[in-house]
Amino acid sequence: MNQEQLSVAQATLLEPTSLSNDNLNALMHKLSNVDGCDFADMYFQYSKHESWSLDEGVVKTGSFNIDQGVGLRSVLGEKTAFAYSEDLNFAAINTAADVVSAIGRQGQSVQPEQTFRPQKVSPLYTHLDPVAAMPDIEKVAILELADKLARARDSRVKEVMANLAAVYEVVLILTSDGRQIPDIRPLVRLNISVIVEQDGKRERGSMGGGGRHGLDYFSQDTIQHYADEAVRQALVSLEAVDSPAGTMEVVLGAGWPGILLHEAVGHGLEGDFNRKGTSAFSGRIGEKVASDQCTVVDDGTLANRRGSLSVDDEGNQPQDTVLIENGILKNYMQDEQNARLMNMGVTGNGRRESFAHLPMPRMTNTYMHNGKYEPEEIIKSVKNGIYAVNFGGGQVDITSGKFVFSSSEAYLIENGKVTRPVKGATLIGNGPQAMQTISMVGNDMSLDSGVGVCGKDGQSVPVGVGQPTLKMDSLTVGGVSL
Amino acid sequence: MSNIDLVKAAEIAIDYAKQQGMHQAEAELHQGVGVSITARQQELETVEKHNDAQLVVSVYKDHKTGSASSADMSEAGIRSTVDAAMSIARFTGADDCLGLADAQLMATEHKDLDLYHPWHAQMNEMVDIALACEATALNADSRISNSEGASVSSYSGNAVYANSHGFLSEKKGSQHSLSCSVIGATDQGMQRDYWYDSNRNAAKLESPQAIGQRAAQRVLRRLDARQIDSTQASVMFDPMMAKSLIGHLVGAIKGGAIYKKASFMLDKVGESVLPEFVTIAENPHLLGGSGSATHDGEGVATPEYRALVDGGVLQSYVLGSYTARKLGLQSTANAGGVRNVSVSDTGHGYDELLSQMGTGLLVTELIGSGINMVTGDYSRGAAGFWVENGELQYPVEEITIAGNLNDMYRNIAAIGNDYDARGNTKCGSIVVENMTIAGR
Repeated sequence: MNQEQLSVAQATLLEPTSLSNDNLNALMHKLSNVDGCDFADMYFQYSKHESWSLDEGVVKTGSFNIDQGVGLRSVLGEKTAFAYSEDLNFAAINTAADVVSAIGRQGQSVQPEQTFRPQKVSPLYTHLDPVAAMPDIEKVAILELADKLARARDSRVKEVMANLAAVYEVVLILTSDGRQIPDIRPLVRLNISVIVEQDGKRERGSMGGGGRHGLDYFSQDTIQHYADEAVRQALVSLEAVDSPAGTMEVVLGAGWPGILLHEAVGHGLEGDFNRKGTSAFSGRIGEKVASDQCTVVDDGTLANRRGSLSVDDEGNQPQDTVLIENGILKNYMQDEQNARLMNMGVTGNGRRESFAHLPMPRMTNTYMHNGKYEPEEIIKSVKNGIYAVNFGGGQVDITSGKFVFSSSEAYLIENGKVTRPVKGATLIGNGPQAMQTISMVGNDMSLDSGVGVCGKDGQSVPVGVGQPTLKMDSLTVGGVSL
Repeated sequence: MSNIDLVKAAEIAIDYAKQQGMHQAEAELHQGVGVSITARQQELETVEKHNDAQLVVSVYKDHKTGSASSADMSEAGIRSTVDAAMSIARFTGADDCLGLADAQLMATEHKDLDLYHPWHAQMNEMVDIALACEATALNADSRISNSEGASVSSYSGNAVYANSHGFLSEKKGSQHSLSCSVIGATDQGMQRDYWYDSNRNAAKLESPQAIGQRAAQRVLRRLDARQIDSTQASVMFDPMMAKSLIGHLVGAIKGGAIYKKASFMLDKVGESVLPEFVTIAENPHLLGGSGSATHDGEGVATPEYRALVDGGVLQSYVLGSYTARKLGLQSTANAGGVRNVSVSDTGHGYDELLSQMGTGLLVTELIGSGINMVTGDYSRGAAGFWVENGELQYPVEEITIAGNLNDMYRNIAAIGNDYDARGNTKCGSIVVENMTIAGR
């Protein structure tokens, strides 16, 4: 089922430098032959990244990057020793392994000789290389089309900036319990942003998307959709008045506004923070942390999604993990080390930016299940509030539980009707409290278009979010007008 | 540890690109080694060893460009990186403004800016430093209940920039840091805060005890924070937060944002954008400065001093060669950014600034990224302290502060001499009048 993946991974990562099973065994032996070692792993990775950018109607720049290397890790209880090598020759990797093993005390445990047995993985996405699969001239044509469609949409469009990126990663994970797990991960993304101008006033709008596909994902219809959306958002912003300031009812649209969940609960439910007791959600499994209409999951198993993984970066199977069910906290997201220390099961959330970074518990695709309300009913129920449908970034202080996310498209709701657009404002709340104020959940769940990037401890990984339209009875809106 | 001859690698890349018919080429290379360790709850938690190398090549032909990068610095690897860049350049579009910076702008003097101080400490010594730092914080007060640990990190390496004008420069640099993050708790909940220092010379880092103490103090004063009612008030940004206001200004005068007309500072050169008492300058030749360099990312000689804002008036944009040509101007040696930014003060200390403000909000933390760089609209999550009669009254959280950066810059009432000089910007506290605070 993944024979292809395994042979590609071995051919890409082991064969060029003739790394034999004996070599790998010797390395693993060195990593795990440390007193008290719980487990060790080697993460071989090859990654190819290509990016093209257009502005002023011209694809002016393109860049191409290849990285490869192996990360070596040995875990002893709460302790981790880590080193990596960009050189895949045995001697270089062996030097890095010496560094790791020198950190722990040498023990007596002797690993039996083993053959790393391939673990079956059901791929959630194509193994084709998106960089190689499309001729460069067609990649350039995608950006030129984006430019043309955005400009054709409205004469107030003064500038179009578009970026096309494709990543191809080949990964082979070897674990101290004798598994070898391959994965081949494509990832593509197209972003279009526009500057519009009217009567000397300028605004911007942007839209993008992608996933674990080839670049042919960006059909003419998809490009048209992104261009239309970017222009529409920018034109709405031109008309926007000052946003209100204060605590009020807030309706969040479906899809990308699910960034709420990523910030308000997602990070706070990552295993490392909870093991250390530093999260506002620590020790609260079984407690009510959201209104009973809320069921939130982290699901790494969705085919072709930006946040999905056929296997996580520790070789474990991602899952559809229920984090909150009808308001009750059910589970944390775990990697290998934190699951062991907390005596809980792994959930396939061990992720790392690259071989040069340590894995930690990270989100995949985090979303809320449907509720029972029509989106129109939800808006109708609000006397005075705002309806926010698009967002920039967000951030959370997991210890105090305070989270923010910044709207880029929002409207006033007056007497149950969406009226005027308001300027972007940052929304702020306390995760466990804010989730309790969710009083209506819609039946229009959708996932985002595939542009999310999550940062934690300086490491970036691609993620997804989603939610149905929902109403929060009380959230602080950071506008300027009192 | 690999030890690649970066100069030779750069020469191979440039020669090969020229041989292949490229009109111009440039190469940026670096290699370095580092270690970072974290101790938590008085135990060693992680040890990470770093060993990086990278080559980035850009080629130019017929006003078209392509770039490629790789860690493979074997001769074959270098050639295939150049090949990849040339392959990209076949499909990009032509733009007359693309190319190397003009040859006559290249730096000719390479004075020693005191940037390289590798730290020869043994791992055990670093572990001891982290343990001592965290111990000070943990023992500071019984309300310090938990810890995210103390970390020591050290990096040193060398870098080469070369281009087909015949310019080549090699420099060494180092950077070390010590940080500590702890958690305090009361029955109202938990708060986390941190403190750190960073320096090119480890001997100049603040002591582990001072950093641990400061981290604990910062947590303790935040405990039992509350939300306040929405209001209009003056806001004092502490030095760490004030730097972000300067950062937004620098971002808004970058050539890339200007030529795309995507900045709220468009067409403002020569205009008064800040009060008359404000001067903002870069000081690229500062000895031991974290941003110091004799040339920018394109080899262009940096000046010893350059005012970005003088007497409140915007002096120029921040330009590399491409954006300068787009705007019909000269490069300001800012390829790769600004270097060692300094902000003038109004002669007030921290306490004086608080008294002068009288009533308002002291902001010590900002979260989120609610800034529209096209319009200057600003709205960010904040935490800090409510101030009355020039004195801190109680900690505040779960609020936002909002305004428009154009107005916020003009409404600066005073800037303190309580400098935070860590990193690339040296700045004291900034008091901004008349901002909207959203809360209850």
